[in-house]
Amino acid sequence: MLKFGVAVYPGSNCDYDTYTVIRDILEKEVEFIDYRRTDLRGFDCIVLPGGFSFGDYLRPGTLASHTPLTYALKDFAKKGKYIIGICNGFQILTESHLLPGALMPNDHGKFICKHQYLRVENSNTPFTNQCEDGQILKIPIAHHDGNYYVDQDTLKEMEDNDQIILRYCDEFGNITQDANPNGSLKNIAGICNKDKNVFGLMPHPERASESLLGSEDGLYILRSILNSL
Amino acid sequence: MLVKFYIKPRKGVLDPQGRAVAENLRSLGFDQVKDVKVGKYIEVYIEESDKEKAVEKAKEMARKALVNDLIEDYEFEVVD
Repeated sequence: MLKFGVAVYPGSNCDYDTYTVIRDILEKEVEFIDYRRTDLRGFDCIVLPGGFSFGDYLRPGTLASHTPLTYALKDFAKKGKYIIGICNGFQILTESHLLPGALMPNDHGKFICKHQYLRVENSNTPFTNQCEDGQILKIPIAHHDGNYYVDQDTLKEMEDNDQIILRYCDEFGNITQDANPNGSLKNIAGICNKDKNVFGLMPHPERASESLLGSEDGLYILRSILNSL
Repeated sequence: MLVKFYIKPRKGVLDPQGRAVAENLRSLGFDQVKDVKVGKYIEVYIEESDKEKAVEKAKEMARKALVNDLIEDYEFEVVD
């Protein structure tokens, strides 16, 4: 039986949303995982949810990246198990070097909370295999620090290795500066590691998993994981 | 000993706070303002009497936690 884990750090605040979507919409087994826990046996996929772990002190994700759970996640990733970091979860993944780059404050200095169009750049991953290349998804974003940055050499490596999974776009799929909500390098919204089993994204798929909430496009991502497991 | 860390956005990396503060200062009539960088100042008090060791510890703290060298530059000084 497939089993998901949802990490809970002090200050995580999308943990219940994520848990509920996995339990009630995906109808899969799911358990909260305390940030002090290190035994991850039995889990197939761990979600690092959105929020403000440790109050975003120092830099978003930094303090969470130095906890027993995050250290254990490094071994979990090495075993080829799946990790998905959403928003603050993405920040934790970059701060713990499970993913390259950094998430800086938005270029306009404001918190943004809105529906956002995204273009799927690589559908050949465990997180996007239910999408098509170039498909446009509508999924909400809600962040202050989503301005993705990485050095040019690493960016080239990531592009060559198809690690850029989602980019911010307009409703027609054009990657333009106007469609970039936060100043992110090359409109990057989501990336994965070289082995493609660790995925980080700023948009919140769990907030777009029921038509009642305005979009079900988040399910493309969550169902892709099911399909991979 | 006291270690004083001065952390600022790395050269060439966008600093929205700095830009906003620069615009604000100009709006107050400070036409001379060319650029502003907004960073962080951190004081770390440590039990260590050997200054060289303190310097080494400070560098390690910066590398492991206090600074993200992809986007930040830093300087530090060790004070008795």
